[in-house]
Amino acid sequence: MTSWLVELGQSTAALLMAPALVGLIRWLKARLQNRCGAPIWQPYFELHKLFAKEAVVSTNASWLFRAAPYVVFTSTVAITLVVPLMLVPLPFDGFADLLVVVYLLLLGTFFTALAGLDPGSPFGGMGSSRGMTVAALAEPTVAVAIFALASGAGSTNLGHIASRLIASPMAALTPGHLLAFASLFIVMLAEAGRLPIDNPATHLELTMIHEAMVLEYSGRYLALVEWASAVKLLIFFCLLANLFVPWGIATTVSAPALVLAAAALVIKLGMLCVAVAVLETRVAKLRLFRVPELLSVSFVLALLAVTSSFVLR
Amino acid sequence: MNAGGAEIWLRILLVAFPIGAVAALVVRGALGRAIVAAAAAVGSAAGFALAAMVLGWGEPVRGSFAFPLAPLVFRLDPLGAFFLVVTAIVGFAASLYSFGYGAGSPWRVLRTTGVNLNLLLLGLSLQVMADSPLTFLLVWELMSLAAYFLVLAEPDEPGAVNAATWYFGVTHAGFAALFAMFFLWSGGALTASFVELRAVPLDGALRDAVFLLALVGFGTKAGIIPLHIWLPRAHPVAPSHASALMSGVVLKMGVYGLVRVTFDLLGSGPAWWGMLVLALGTVSALLGVLYALMQHDLKRLLAYHSIENIGIIFMGLGAALLFRTYDLPLLSALALAAALYHTLNHACFKALLFLGAGAVVRATHTRNIEELGGLIRRMPRTAFAFLIGSAAISTLPPLNGFASEWLLFQSLLGGARIPAQSVAVLMPVGVGLLALSSGLAAACFVKAFGITFLAIPRSPHAEAAEEAPRSMQAGMFLLVAACVGLGLGPAFVVPLLGRLIARLPGLEPAIGLHAANGALTGLPDGLGQMSPPAVALGLVAVAVVVAVVLRALAPPFRLRRGATWGCGRLLQTPRMQYTATSFAEPLRRVFAQLYRPTEDLTVEVHPDSEYFVRAIRYESRVHPWVERLLYQPLLAMVRGAGRRVRQMQAGSVHLYLAYMCAALVVLLFVARWLP
Repeated sequence: MTSWLVELGQSTAALLMAPALVGLIRWLKARLQNRCGAPIWQPYFELHKLFAKEAVVSTNASWLFRAAPYVVFTSTVAITLVVPLMLVPLPFDGFADLLVVVYLLLLGTFFTALAGLDPGSPFGGMGSSRGMTVAALAEPTVAVAIFALASGAGSTNLGHIASRLIASPMAALTPGHLLAFASLFIVMLAEAGRLPIDNPATHLELTMIHEAMVLEYSGRYLALVEWASAVKLLIFFCLLANLFVPWGIATTVSAPALVLAAAALVIKLGMLCVAVAVLETRVAKLRLFRVPELLSVSFVLALLAVTSSFVLR
Repeated sequence: MNAGGAEIWLRILLVAFPIGAVAALVVRGALGRAIVAAAAAVGSAAGFALAAMVLGWGEPVRGSFAFPLAPLVFRLDPLGAFFLVVTAIVGFAASLYSFGYGAGSPWRVLRTTGVNLNLLLLGLSLQVMADSPLTFLLVWELMSLAAYFLVLAEPDEPGAVNAATWYFGVTHAGFAALFAMFFLWSGGALTASFVELRAVPLDGALRDAVFLLALVGFGTKAGIIPLHIWLPRAHPVAPSHASALMSGVVLKMGVYGLVRVTFDLLGSGPAWWGMLVLALGTVSALLGVLYALMQHDLKRLLAYHSIENIGIIFMGLGAALLFRTYDLPLLSALALAAALYHTLNHACFKALLFLGAGAVVRATHTRNIEELGGLIRRMPRTAFAFLIGSAAISTLPPLNGFASEWLLFQSLLGGARIPAQSVAVLMPVGVGLLALSSGLAAACFVKAFGITFLAIPRSPHAEAAEEAPRSMQAGMFLLVAACVGLGLGPAFVVPLLGRLIARLPGLEPAIGLHAANGALTGLPDGLGQMSPPAVALGLVAVAVVVAVVLRALAPPFRLRRGATWGCGRLLQTPRMQYTATSFAEPLRRVFAQLYRPTEDLTVEVHPDSEYFVRAIRYESRVHPWVERLLYQPLLAMVRGAGRRVRQMQAGSVHLYLAYMCAALVVLLFVARWLP
């Protein structure tokens, strides 16, 4: 019973914590660029403002445009129920595995892209087209990285992968594991819409991907979409942190273990934020037609990861 | 037949379809359409009942008919019954749909369609019961010919005759391969039953030959690349409910045949069998979806997606063959279950999509999605059904496409257990390409649904569209229910498949494929677990919580309608929207090597200054060079042979008499010198 409560509690915490992650990256980037930067909790103010505002919906848009934010938000939040944040194994572990997580994310992208086409704006169509291109090309890397993780752990279930790694911590340092981490990191940049694939801070229509898809959203709809994309970033960070480096995560429900797990999670997420902020300060956005090259690099890394795990077994 | 209940259903099936076929010839008007549709629906329902009984018992039922020349032997075992379920579900939905779809069609189209729809359903139902090579081949031909006439049902459609000719040629090449296979195998005794065939000892080379002939023969029917050439031509021109049957079920007879021959009758083979099937499947899955992306003809796009999905099914079959070779029966059973499950799922969502596309074509009189748009307002129910189909084919949970691809992923992940490392390392490549094809399918269906149904209508046809009649909606929503049900129900389907696969030789451990607590747990060593009902329930629960929390905590929701943001421009016209071509443009560039697009840009400028552009004309084509590479030489050969034969055909009776005389002499010599 308590583990169920922990499960629900950590999902709620993830939901509430996600905007801070975006705020932290923005603040770190500002500091790295010698700017003062907005406070870390700026995204909360923005969400609060957007929830209060009136939503303007295009006269061309259908019910799908109005339903999509709810679909995207719901499917993203549902994923947090199975992603290991502080505790493994979770009671929901057996209900959904890593493949379900990946395809639930695709469900969100699918509806975001349809919503981009719905108002009939050329920007929305452009965003949808690019968004689906990047999502499709990122799929194989994700699948092969899952293969690498699963062939090491003997299961695709997230709790199982994390527990197996806690049992033999040195497995985290095998070449296959490190290569899989690198490939999934690149995919995270693509799927969460970070530089060098997409620039979350841009307002130049011609370079936008995710922002172009959601250009027509306002008010509550935009708040839900923005919040969902923050949660998506958090999900990817947690996958990177807790599937590859599950150290510190609680395996029993006890207060000290959970406090330790929360602290470890905050440290790991902080490190990933720093990594992304430094990367986003250092690199420029890639041309769209260069993105497939980066993604094929990640695919090759993932393939090498699997191959090395075969060779070394 | 050895069981009373089953016999009744079989009799209904055998009577209903011919009644429908005859009624189509005799009765005109709405009454005729009603009788034809009702007969097809009753026959399909009887097929479903029969199949359910056989699947429930787990024991085959038998029957035979005296036929003038040779006995026709029928036997329905659980494997056949599973494919009969596929036929019955799609057949029932297509029959309901045909009633409304036919309204307004000319009588001769209705007649051809009605007769051949019923004959096709009869052929499909009997195909899975055929228990001897002769019966199998005869029914195969009935099925192929009925499908041929369905392709030709509207001969005035551009490309219909060409498509039908391609189909006729390729399907008979496949028939020849099957005939050769059975002939080699049985040593000429085509009336031997399949049980006797199974006992025929075959040595290595002959077994390989039988396998390859089966792969070619069933591969042409299934439309596997490179034997797919007829498929994207023939499926779009048939009436839409016939397209649904052809893509949903007729292709699956190729899958059925291959499963029957390689898993049931032929027994285990060398590793290259599995690798060949896996490679063909992977290539088909990827090329099918890549060519689909470039299509702007709604039905042709769906036809290319059939190639993709057949590829996915063949990946499952190939993996199953490979695992069986390496003596991993539970994994083999898992891969086979994934392939069979995907067969059923693809039948449901592809038939749904074809029926939806048919409703669109009927309402707008165009298959070109560049002329569509905004149909979600004018045809809301069709749009919803098509959306569910699109989500299912894009493998989105919790729909049925995801359930079967998940199983396939799990079985391929098990490929790490193959002892031969050189083979095992191919599995992650297969996994990656399978994921790529599912991602591209999602992109393609965002295009297909988004451009067809969303935004502003791009032509007057699309503006004037009207919702499909009730009977067509009924057909579509039946399949929507099947897509959702099969997506939520692997806990029912997988144990069922496990039982029928366990009857195949060497795959007895498949009985261990069971599902407990709604989660799939019967996987070897617990590869992974998931429960679609729990995922669906989780999504619904989160949605409810979100709705409640928003209502309680968020400020009151206010909504205003306004124009789409256009950077200050005053007018928004349909021409400013993204088109299907522009949507697919990034992927066309990424895969330019494969598409080899040709582009043609002419800019007409004002004679005084080149800065005043009068008109821009841009044309771009994608050439499926793979098809040309393979079929150009073949076509040239056929034409050359035709020319040579023409030289002999001088039209003179004397010459023909001389030919006959020469042939007789040659035959006499042959008969004399041969033992």
